[in-house]
Amino acid sequence: MTSHTRPDVVVTGLGATTPLGGDVASTWDGLVNGRSGIRKLDTDWAEMLPVRIAGLMVDDPANHIDRVKTRRMDRSEQAAVVAARQAWADAGIPDDIDKERVAVSVGTGIGGAKTLVDQHDRLMTKGARLVSPHTVPMLMPNGAAAYVGLEFGVHGGVHSPASACATSSEAIAWGLDIIRSGRADVVVAGGTESVVFPLPIAGFASMRAMSTRNDEPERASRPFDKGRDGFVLGEGAGIVVLERADHAAARGAHVYARLAGAALTSDGYDIVAPDPEGTQQARAMTLAIRDAGLDPADVAHVNAHATSTPVGDMGEIAAIRKAVGDRPVVTSTKSMTGHLLGAAGAVESIATILAVYHGVVPPTINLDDPDDELTLDVAANVARTMAVPAALNNSFGFGGHNAALAFVRG
Amino acid sequence: MANRDEIRSGLADILEEVAGVDKADVADEKSFTDELDVDSLSMVEVVVAAEEKFGVKIPDDEVPNLKTVGDAVSYIEKNAA
Repeated sequence: MTSHTRPDVVVTGLGATTPLGGDVASTWDGLVNGRSGIRKLDTDWAEMLPVRIAGLMVDDPANHIDRVKTRRMDRSEQAAVVAARQAWADAGIPDDIDKERVAVSVGTGIGGAKTLVDQHDRLMTKGARLVSPHTVPMLMPNGAAAYVGLEFGVHGGVHSPASACATSSEAIAWGLDIIRSGRADVVVAGGTESVVFPLPIAGFASMRAMSTRNDEPERASRPFDKGRDGFVLGEGAGIVVLERADHAAARGAHVYARLAGAALTSDGYDIVAPDPEGTQQARAMTLAIRDAGLDPADVAHVNAHATSTPVGDMGEIAAIRKAVGDRPVVTSTKSMTGHLLGAAGAVESIATILAVYHGVVPPTINLDDPDDELTLDVAANVARTMAVPAALNNSFGFGGHNAALAFVRG
Repeated sequence: MANRDEIRSGLADILEEVAGVDKADVADEKSFTDELDVDSLSMVEVVVAAEEKFGVKIPDDEVPNLKTVGDAVSYIEKNAA
C-alpha cells in the first residue's frame, strides 16, 4: 500500500420512487419481470400534444410528506426527499453520526419548472400578490438537494450538479470524489425529476426526440429495436448512500456493491446531438474502468443510457464495443421506466448495483426486431441470471455530457 | 360583517391550511411566530389568504403590528369592508 492509496467507497443504502413502484423493492420487481411503467396520459391537456404517454410515479410522493410541507415543495423535491429517506433508512445511518462528515450530491435536469409555470399562470391571472412566497425555493435547481440536506441536517456540503440526462450519474461521481478526497464519510447522492406537464413535453416533442406511439404506451420505449421512434418521458427519483468502506465496516453496515470508479467526459461536438463517433462516450467508459482498477474484460454488464432514439442507441452500442468489447451483456431499463432525465442515472445506478448484487440483469423489453447494427448481446425481453462481478452504468446528457460509473461486487 | 368569533374561526382555517396550525391552538393571546410557529413566508400566505377571505387590505407595513391572533382579529374587524 502506498501513501496515495485512496479509500474504497461502498453503497450501503438505496432509495427510489419510479413509474414501476414507490420504493426500490417494487421497482426492482418491475424491472426483472419486464413490466412497463408507461401509460396513456389521462388528462385534458394531453389532447393538445403530439405525445400523450409518459411514466408517472405510481406512488405520489406527497402521500409520504407532511401536508403543509408539500405546499412548499415542488413534486421533484418531494420525490427526492422520499427516495432519500428510504436510502438513509436502508443504510441504517446512526442518529449520532457526525453531520459535518455527511454531504449531499443530488441533481435535477430541469428542476421546479412546473412550479415556475404554475406561478406564472397565477401571476398573470391573479396578480403579483397572489404569487406563492414559496415559489423560489420550489423552482431553484438546488432545491431538491437542499431539502435532502435539511431532512438529515447535514453540514458536510450540499451540491447539485446539472448535466441534463447525465445529472444523477454525475452526482454519484461527485459523491465518490467527495469521499476519496476526505471531505466526507457519507454522501447521499442521486437525482430527481418531475416534468410531466405540457411545456417540457411540447419542447422535447418539437425536437422530434419523443416517441409518438400514443396508442401502445407499454410498447413505446423500445431501445435497440428497429421500431424505436424516440424516448418516453418518465418521472421519479433515485438516491444511493455512498460511504467510505472502512466507515461502513466499522459500524457493520450491509454493503450492496463497491462504487469502484467513475469518469466524466464531454463531447465538445453539439448542444444536443451526440458525437456520432462516440469517442468521448467510449473514453468515459474506459476511464471509469481504469479508475476502478479493472480490465475491460472484467465488465460483465453495461446498463446503457439508450433512450430509444434512432440515432443515440446505436452510437452507444458502437462506443460500448470500442471501450469494453463484445463480451458484456447490455440492457436499457428505460424500456420499462421511460427516461427519467435528471433521475435516470441514479435509478439506473440502482438497477446496475442490484444486477451486481443479485446476479440478475434486467431485460430490455420491446426488443422484438433488433436493429441490424446491434452487434452486442442485449438481455432481450427476459432477465438474464448471471454472475456480474463488475458492471458499468452509462448516462449521457444534452450538452455533450458523458458519465460512466463502475460498480463491483462488494 | 363578521364578528370576532367568525373572524377568529376563519383565521384558524387559514392557519391550518397554510401553516399546519392546530385550530384548537388559535386564540387571541397567541403569537403567530413564537407560539404558533408561523414562519415569515407562511405569514405572507396567511395575510394574502385573509385579505381574500375577509375582503380587507392588509398593507405590508401593517403586518409587523399583527403579532397575535387578537391583533389580526381586531385589524380585520375594524377594516373589513
